[in-house]
Amino acid sequence: MNRTNKILRYVSRRLLQGIPIILAIIVLNFFLLNLAEGDAVDVLAGEAGSATPEYMEQLRAKFGLDKPLPVQLLVYLKNVVTLDLGYSFRHDMPVSKLIVDRFWPTLLLMVSTIILAVGFGILLGLLAAVSLNTWKDAVITVFALITYATPLFWVGLMMIVVFSLNFGWFPTSGMENIAAFHEGFDRVKDIAHHLVLPTITLSLFYLALYTRMMRASMLEQYGLDYVVTARAKGLTERRITFVHVLRNALLPVVTMAGVQVGALIGGSVIVESVFAWPGLGMLAFESLFARDLNLLLGIFLLSSALVVAVNLIVDVIYSFLDPRIEIG
Amino acid sequence: MIDFWKRFSRNRSAVFGLAILLTVLFVASIASLIYPEDPFRLAGKPLSGPGLNGFLLGSDSLGRDVASGIAHGAKTSLLIGLIATLAAVFIGIIFGAFSGYYGGRIDDLLMRVTEIFQTIPSFVFAILLVAIMKPSIESIVIAITVVSWPGVARLVRAEFLSLKNREFVQACHTLGMSDLRIMLREILPNCLSPIIVIGSLMVATAILIESGLAFLGLGDPNIMSWGFQIGAGRTMLRSAWWVCTFPGIAILITVLAINLVGEGLNDALNPRLRERQ
Repeated sequence: MNRTNKILRYVSRRLLQGIPIILAIIVLNFFLLNLAEGDAVDVLAGEAGSATPEYMEQLRAKFGLDKPLPVQLLVYLKNVVTLDLGYSFRHDMPVSKLIVDRFWPTLLLMVSTIILAVGFGILLGLLAAVSLNTWKDAVITVFALITYATPLFWVGLMMIVVFSLNFGWFPTSGMENIAAFHEGFDRVKDIAHHLVLPTITLSLFYLALYTRMMRASMLEQYGLDYVVTARAKGLTERRITFVHVLRNALLPVVTMAGVQVGALIGGSVIVESVFAWPGLGMLAFESLFARDLNLLLGIFLLSSALVVAVNLIVDVIYSFLDPRIEIG
Repeated sequence: MIDFWKRFSRNRSAVFGLAILLTVLFVASIASLIYPEDPFRLAGKPLSGPGLNGFLLGSDSLGRDVASGIAHGAKTSLLIGLIATLAAVFIGIIFGAFSGYYGGRIDDLLMRVTEIFQTIPSFVFAILLVAIMKPSIESIVIAITVVSWPGVARLVRAEFLSLKNREFVQACHTLGMSDLRIMLREILPNCLSPIIVIGSLMVATAILIESGLAFLGLGDPNIMSWGFQIGAGRTMLRSAWWVCTFPGIAILITVLAINLVGEGLNDALNPRLRERQ
C-alpha cells in the first residue's frame, strides 16, 4: 500500500475517533441545559411578561419539553446533527446562523494570532537556544516568564491605555470603522488596523509558551548523537543549527500549536470582550449578560468541534512532516 | 528537609519567587487587620489618584479603596487557587491511579472520559459552568476543578504505569496486600514529587482562570477579587488608569511567583532532570 493511501486511511480512522468525542460533548451539553434553572418556556414567558400556567403547559407540549428525558435527548441529538442549535430570543435569530456570522472575525483573529505567536515563538526560542546563557537568552527567558504569568485582559487594557489613549496609534475597539463606509482595499486596511492590538494581546501568552518550548526542544536536540556525528563530519555550527537541529526541534512545537487551540478559544473570549471584537467570544460575553443559555451552549459546542477538527488537521500535518511517525 | 532546601535554594529565581509568594500570603492574612472595613464600602472621594485623599493606590468610580481591594482580593485568589487545585489533584489521582493500575477496559473507559474533558476548551467550559450554576465562590471552585483535573490524571496514570511492575510492588502482591493499599500506601508516595510540581503550577493557572471569570462578571458578587476590580475599572480607563493597573500587577506578581516556585520545586524534587540539562 502506498503512502497517500495510508494517510487517507489514517485520516478516516481519526475522523471516526472524533465522532464519539463530539457525541459525548453534545450529551454533556444537553445535561448542562437541563441543569440550568428554568427551561425555554420560562424564558419565553418571562419575555412575554405574562403567561398563564395553561399556556405554558401548551408551549411545553409544543416544544416537546413534557416528554421524558431520554426522548428529549434524542430529539436534541437529532437537532444538533441537523445543525439546529435552537433559537436565540435575544437576537431574534437561529443560534446556528448567529454563530456562523460571528465565526469569521474570530477565525481571522485566531489565524493571525497563531501566525504571530508561532512565528515569533520559534524565532525567539531559536535565538535563546543558540545564545545559551548569554544576556540574550536571559532577556528572552525573563520576557517569556513574565508574559506567561500576565492575565490577557489586563494586557489588553494596558495596550489600550498606552497605544490607543496615550499615543492614539490604534483604535480602542471594534473591527472596522463602520461610519467611514470603506470599500475594497481601504476596508481591508481598516480591519487590519483594528486587528493589531487584539492580535498582539492574544499572541503574548502563546508566544511565551512557544518560546519556552522551542528553546527546550532545541537544547534537547543539541544533546543527541546525530549532532555529534554532524560535528565530527566537520559541518559548520550554522549548518548544524539550521539544517539539522531546527527541523527536528520544530516537531513538538507543531503538536503544541494543535493542543493549544482550546486555550486559544478561551483567550479569544477575553480579548474579544476587551476590544469589542465582534466574534464568537464577544457573542459569548453578550450572551452571559442576556442570560441566553442556548446561544452560550451553541458557542461551546462549536468551539469543542473546532478543537477536535484542528487536532485532526495537526496530526495529519505531523504525519507529513515526520515520516517516522507510524500511521498504518 | 535541609537537603531539599539546599537543592531548592540553588535555583535563585525560585527563592525570589518564594519570597514574593510569602509576601502575598502575609498581605492576604493581615488584610482584615489593616483594612478592617468592607472593601466594597465607599471609603472616600471617588476616582482619587494614587496617594491622594488618603488612598495609597487610589479609589475607583464608587469611592472604593483600590489598595483595600487588592489586600482582600489576595485572600480570594489564593484561597480559590488552593482549594480548586486540591480538589483537581484529588480527582486526578483517583482517575489516574485506577487507570494506570488496572489497565485494560477500566483504563480505556477512564482515559476516554479524560480525553473528552481535555478536548473541551477549558475556559469556555468554565464560563458555561459558572453561568449555569450562578456565580458564587463554590461554583467558581467547582468550575476550575472540573477543567483542571485531566492533566493530573494523565500524569498519575503514567507514573502508575511505570511503577506497577516494579519489584517492590510485586513483593507487596506476594505479601497479599490489597490493591487499594498497594495503590495508596506503596505506589502513590513514590509519585508524589511530580504531583506536587504539577499542583503548584496549577495554582497559578487557577488564579488566572478565577481572575478571568471575575473580569467577565462571573465572580462571587459578595467577595472582592482582583479580576472584579479590573472589570469594574475598565470603563474608567481613560480617566483613572490606576483602578485597573494595580490589581493587574498583583495578579502578575502572584502568578509569576508561583510559577517560579513550581520550577524550583521541579529542580529540587527531580535532581536527575536537572543534571541532564
